[in-house]
Amino acid sequence: MTYVLAVLLGAVAGVLSGLFGVGGGILFVPTLTALGLTQLHAEASSLLAIIPTVIVGVWRQQEHGNVRWRSALVIGVASVGAAVGGVQAAEALPEATLRRLFAVLLLLTAGQIAWRARNR
Amino acid sequence: MILIGLAAGFFSALFGVGGGIVIVPLLLLVARWEIRSATATSLAAIGITATAGVITYVAHGEVRPVYAALVGIPAAAGAVGGTGLQQRLPVRTLSFLFAALLVAIAIRLLLQ
Repeated sequence: MTYVLAVLLGAVAGVLSGLFGVGGGILFVPTLTALGLTQLHAEASSLLAIIPTVIVGVWRQQEHGNVRWRSALVIGVASVGAAVGGVQAAEALPEATLRRLFAVLLLLTAGQIAWRARNR
Repeated sequence: MILIGLAAGFFSALFGVGGGIVIVPLLLLVARWEIRSATATSLAAIGITATAGVITYVAHGEVRPVYAALVGIPAAAGAVGGTGLQQRLPVRTLSFLFAALLVAIAIRLLLQ
Protein backbone atom coordinates (compact mmCIF):
# COMPACT_ATOMS: atom_id res chain seq x y z
CA MET A 1 0.00 0.00 0.00
CA THR A 2 1.49 3.31 -1.08
CA TYR A 3 0.62 6.63 0.52
CA VAL A 4 -0.79 7.89 -2.79
CA LEU A 5 -3.21 4.96 -2.87
CA ALA A 6 -4.14 5.59 0.78
CA VAL A 7 -4.98 9.23 -0.04
CA LEU A 8 -7.08 8.09 -3.03
CA LEU A 9 -8.95 5.51 -0.94
CA GLY A 10 -9.52 8.23 1.68
CA ALA A 11 -11.09 10.47 -0.96
CA VAL A 12 -13.31 7.59 -2.17
CA ALA A 13 -14.39 6.96 1.46
CA GLY A 14 -15.36 10.63 1.68
CA VAL A 15 -17.51 10.43 -1.46
CA LEU A 16 -19.28 7.33 -0.06
CA SER A 17 -19.76 9.14 3.25
CA GLY A 18 -21.38 12.15 1.59
CA LEU A 19 -23.54 10.01 -0.70
CA PHE A 20 -24.77 7.44 1.80
CA GLY A 21 -24.55 8.96 5.29
CA VAL A 22 -21.88 6.55 6.51
CA GLY A 23 -18.68 7.46 8.32
CA GLY A 24 -16.16 6.00 5.88
CA GLY A 25 -14.66 3.54 8.35
CA ILE A 26 -15.47 0.69 5.97
CA LEU A 27 -12.58 1.91 3.77
CA PHE A 28 -10.46 3.67 6.41
CA VAL A 29 -9.84 0.56 8.53
CA PRO A 30 -8.60 -1.76 5.73
CA THR A 31 -6.50 1.10 4.27
CA LEU A 32 -4.82 1.77 7.62
CA THR A 33 -4.15 -1.91 8.36
CA ALA A 34 -2.62 -2.21 4.85
CA LEU A 35 -0.29 0.65 5.82
CA GLY A 36 0.92 -1.47 8.72
CA LEU A 37 -1.25 -0.36 11.65
CA THR A 38 -2.63 -3.03 13.99
CA GLN A 39 -6.40 -3.66 13.84
CA LEU A 40 -6.88 -1.75 17.12
CA HIS A 41 -4.79 1.26 16.06
CA ALA A 42 -6.50 1.28 12.64
CA GLU A 43 -9.98 1.30 14.22
CA ALA A 44 -9.00 4.05 16.68
CA SER A 45 -7.41 6.20 13.95
CA SER A 46 -10.36 5.55 11.63
CA LEU A 47 -12.68 7.10 14.23
CA LEU A 48 -10.51 10.22 14.25
CA ALA A 49 -10.54 10.36 10.42
CA ILE A 50 -14.36 10.07 10.47
CA ILE A 51 -14.68 13.35 12.42
CA PRO A 52 -13.43 15.81 9.71
CA THR A 53 -15.28 13.74 7.08
CA VAL A 54 -18.67 14.00 8.76
CA ILE A 55 -18.12 17.64 9.82
CA VAL A 56 -17.69 18.60 6.16
CA GLY A 57 -20.59 16.35 5.12
CA VAL A 58 -22.91 17.86 7.73
CA TRP A 59 -21.82 21.39 6.78
CA ARG A 60 -22.68 20.75 3.13
CA GLN A 61 -25.98 19.02 3.97
CA GLN A 62 -26.92 21.85 6.33
CA GLU A 63 -26.88 24.22 3.35
CA HIS A 64 -29.56 22.05 1.72
CA GLY A 65 -31.60 21.93 4.94
CA ASN A 66 -31.31 18.14 5.26
CA VAL A 67 -29.92 17.82 8.82
CA ARG A 68 -32.42 17.25 11.65
CA TRP A 69 -30.36 18.20 14.66
CA ARG A 70 -32.59 17.04 17.50
CA SER A 71 -32.89 13.54 16.07
CA ALA A 72 -29.15 13.42 15.35
CA LEU A 73 -28.38 14.36 18.95
CA VAL A 74 -30.73 11.73 20.39
CA ILE A 75 -29.46 8.99 18.03
CA GLY A 76 -25.80 9.91 18.63
CA VAL A 77 -26.03 9.97 22.42
CA ALA A 78 -28.11 6.76 22.63
CA SER A 79 -25.63 5.11 20.28
CA VAL A 80 -22.67 5.92 22.54
CA GLY A 81 -24.45 4.28 25.49
CA ALA A 82 -25.42 1.17 23.55
CA ALA A 83 -21.91 0.73 22.09
CA VAL A 84 -20.69 -0.23 25.56
CA GLY A 85 -23.30 -3.01 25.66
CA GLY A 86 -22.34 -4.09 22.14
CA VAL A 87 -18.69 -4.54 23.10
CA GLN A 88 -19.66 -6.74 26.06
CA ALA A 89 -22.12 -8.74 23.94
CA ALA A 90 -19.39 -9.33 21.34
CA GLU A 91 -17.33 -11.06 24.01
CA ALA A 92 -20.20 -13.14 25.42
CA LEU A 93 -22.17 -14.24 22.33
CA PRO A 94 -21.40 -16.65 19.45
CA GLU A 95 -20.12 -13.88 17.19
CA ALA A 96 -19.83 -15.81 13.89
CA THR A 97 -23.47 -16.95 13.96
CA LEU A 98 -24.72 -13.47 14.86
CA ARG A 99 -22.62 -11.92 12.09
CA ARG A 100 -24.24 -14.21 9.50
CA LEU A 101 -27.70 -13.35 10.85
CA PHE A 102 -26.87 -9.65 10.67
CA ALA A 103 -25.62 -10.06 7.09
CA VAL A 104 -28.92 -11.74 6.15
CA LEU A 105 -30.79 -8.89 7.86
CA LEU A 106 -28.79 -6.38 5.77
CA LEU A 107 -29.67 -8.29 2.58
CA LEU A 108 -33.39 -8.23 3.49
CA THR A 109 -33.11 -4.51 4.30
CA ALA A 110 -31.41 -3.83 0.96
CA GLY A 111 -34.21 -5.74 -0.77
CA GLN A 112 -36.89 -3.73 1.00
CA ILE A 113 -35.21 -0.37 0.22
CA ALA A 114 -34.83 -1.32 -3.46
CA TRP A 115 -38.43 -2.65 -3.62
CA ARG A 116 -39.79 0.55 -2.15
CA ALA A 117 -37.73 2.73 -4.51
CA ARG A 118 -38.97 0.69 -7.48
CA ASN A 119 -42.62 1.17 -6.53
CA ARG A 120 -42.29 4.88 -5.79
CA MET B 1 -35.10 7.95 17.72
CA ILE B 2 -33.70 6.62 21.01
CA LEU B 3 -34.28 3.04 19.83
CA ILE B 4 -32.57 3.77 16.50
CA GLY B 5 -29.57 5.17 18.38
CA LEU B 6 -29.45 2.17 20.73
CA ALA B 7 -29.63 -0.27 17.79
CA ALA B 8 -26.90 1.64 15.92
CA GLY B 9 -24.50 1.69 18.87
CA PHE B 10 -25.11 -1.93 19.81
CA PHE B 11 -24.76 -3.46 16.34
CA SER B 12 -21.83 -1.32 15.26
CA ALA B 13 -19.86 -2.27 18.38
CA LEU B 14 -20.87 -5.93 18.06
CA PHE B 15 -19.97 -6.41 14.38
CA GLY B 16 -17.43 -3.65 13.78
CA VAL B 17 -19.61 -1.92 11.18
CA GLY B 18 -20.25 1.80 11.17
CA GLY B 19 -23.36 3.28 12.76
CA GLY B 20 -24.53 4.71 9.43
CA ILE B 21 -25.27 1.24 8.05
CA VAL B 22 -27.83 0.81 10.85
CA ILE B 23 -29.07 4.42 11.22
CA VAL B 24 -29.90 5.15 7.55
CA PRO B 25 -32.03 2.00 6.90
CA LEU B 26 -33.93 2.50 10.19
CA LEU B 27 -34.65 6.16 9.36
CA LEU B 28 -35.78 5.10 5.87
CA LEU B 29 -37.88 2.04 6.69
CA VAL B 30 -39.04 2.56 10.29
CA ALA B 31 -39.24 6.35 10.62
CA ARG B 32 -40.10 6.66 6.88
CA TRP B 33 -37.77 9.59 6.28
CA GLU B 34 -36.67 10.74 2.86
CA ILE B 35 -33.16 9.49 1.95
CA ARG B 36 -31.36 12.87 1.94
CA SER B 37 -32.54 13.81 5.45
CA ALA B 38 -31.75 10.28 6.64
CA THR B 39 -28.16 10.33 5.37
CA ALA B 40 -27.51 13.94 6.51
CA THR B 41 -28.83 13.28 10.02
CA SER B 42 -26.90 10.02 10.16
CA LEU B 43 -23.66 11.95 9.49
CA ALA B 44 -24.37 14.33 12.40
CA ALA B 45 -25.16 11.40 14.74
CA ILE B 46 -21.97 9.57 13.67
CA GLY B 47 -19.99 12.73 14.52
CA ILE B 48 -21.16 12.45 18.14
CA THR B 49 -20.46 8.72 18.36
CA ALA B 50 -17.03 8.97 16.71
CA THR B 51 -16.00 11.84 19.02
CA ALA B 52 -16.90 9.77 22.10
CA GLY B 53 -14.99 6.81 20.65
CA VAL B 54 -11.90 8.88 19.86
CA ILE B 55 -11.81 10.29 23.40
CA THR B 56 -11.79 6.72 24.78
CA TYR B 57 -9.05 5.56 22.39
CA VAL B 58 -6.89 8.67 22.90
CA ALA B 59 -6.98 7.98 26.64
CA HIS B 60 -5.51 4.54 25.88
CA GLY B 61 -2.96 6.01 23.43
CA GLU B 62 -4.23 4.03 20.44
CA VAL B 63 -4.92 6.85 17.96
CA ARG B 64 -2.31 7.56 15.23
CA PRO B 65 -3.16 11.17 14.23
CA VAL B 66 -0.83 11.33 11.20
CA TYR B 67 -2.41 8.23 9.68
CA ALA B 68 -5.89 9.55 10.53
CA ALA B 69 -5.05 12.80 8.68
CA LEU B 70 -3.64 10.84 5.72
CA VAL B 71 -7.08 9.34 4.98
CA GLY B 72 -9.32 11.82 6.85
CA ILE B 73 -8.30 15.01 5.02
CA PRO B 74 -8.81 13.57 1.51
CA ALA B 75 -12.07 12.08 2.82
CA ALA B 76 -13.28 15.51 3.96
CA ALA B 77 -12.63 16.79 0.43
CA GLY B 78 -14.37 13.72 -0.98
CA ALA B 79 -17.39 14.41 1.25
CA VAL B 80 -17.92 17.75 -0.54
CA GLY B 81 -18.12 15.81 -3.81
CA GLY B 82 -20.32 13.08 -2.31
CA THR B 83 -22.88 15.45 -0.78
CA GLY B 84 -22.89 17.58 -3.95
CA LEU B 85 -23.47 14.52 -6.13
CA GLN B 86 -26.21 13.36 -3.75
CA GLN B 87 -28.28 16.52 -4.32
CA ARG B 88 -28.23 15.94 -8.08
CA LEU B 89 -29.04 12.21 -8.08
CA PRO B 90 -32.73 11.19 -8.12
CA VAL B 91 -33.96 9.67 -4.82
CA ARG B 92 -34.72 6.42 -6.64
CA THR B 93 -31.17 6.03 -7.96
CA LEU B 94 -29.76 6.94 -4.56
CA SER B 95 -31.94 4.28 -2.88
CA PHE B 96 -30.77 1.58 -5.33
CA LEU B 97 -27.12 2.57 -4.78
CA PHE B 98 -27.56 2.48 -1.00
CA ALA B 99 -29.17 -0.98 -1.28
CA ALA B 100 -26.13 -2.09 -3.33
CA LEU B 101 -23.81 -0.80 -0.58
CA LEU B 102 -25.73 -2.87 2.01
CA VAL B 103 -25.42 -5.97 -0.18
CA ALA B 104 -21.65 -5.41 -0.50
CA ILE B 105 -21.28 -5.09 3.27
CA ALA B 106 -23.44 -8.18 3.86
CA ILE B 107 -21.25 -10.21 1.48
CA ARG B 108 -18.13 -9.00 3.27
CA LEU B 109 -19.59 -10.03 6.64
CA LEU B 110 -20.54 -13.46 5.25
CA LEU B 111 -17.03 -14.05 3.86
CA GLN B 112 -15.25 -12.88 7.02
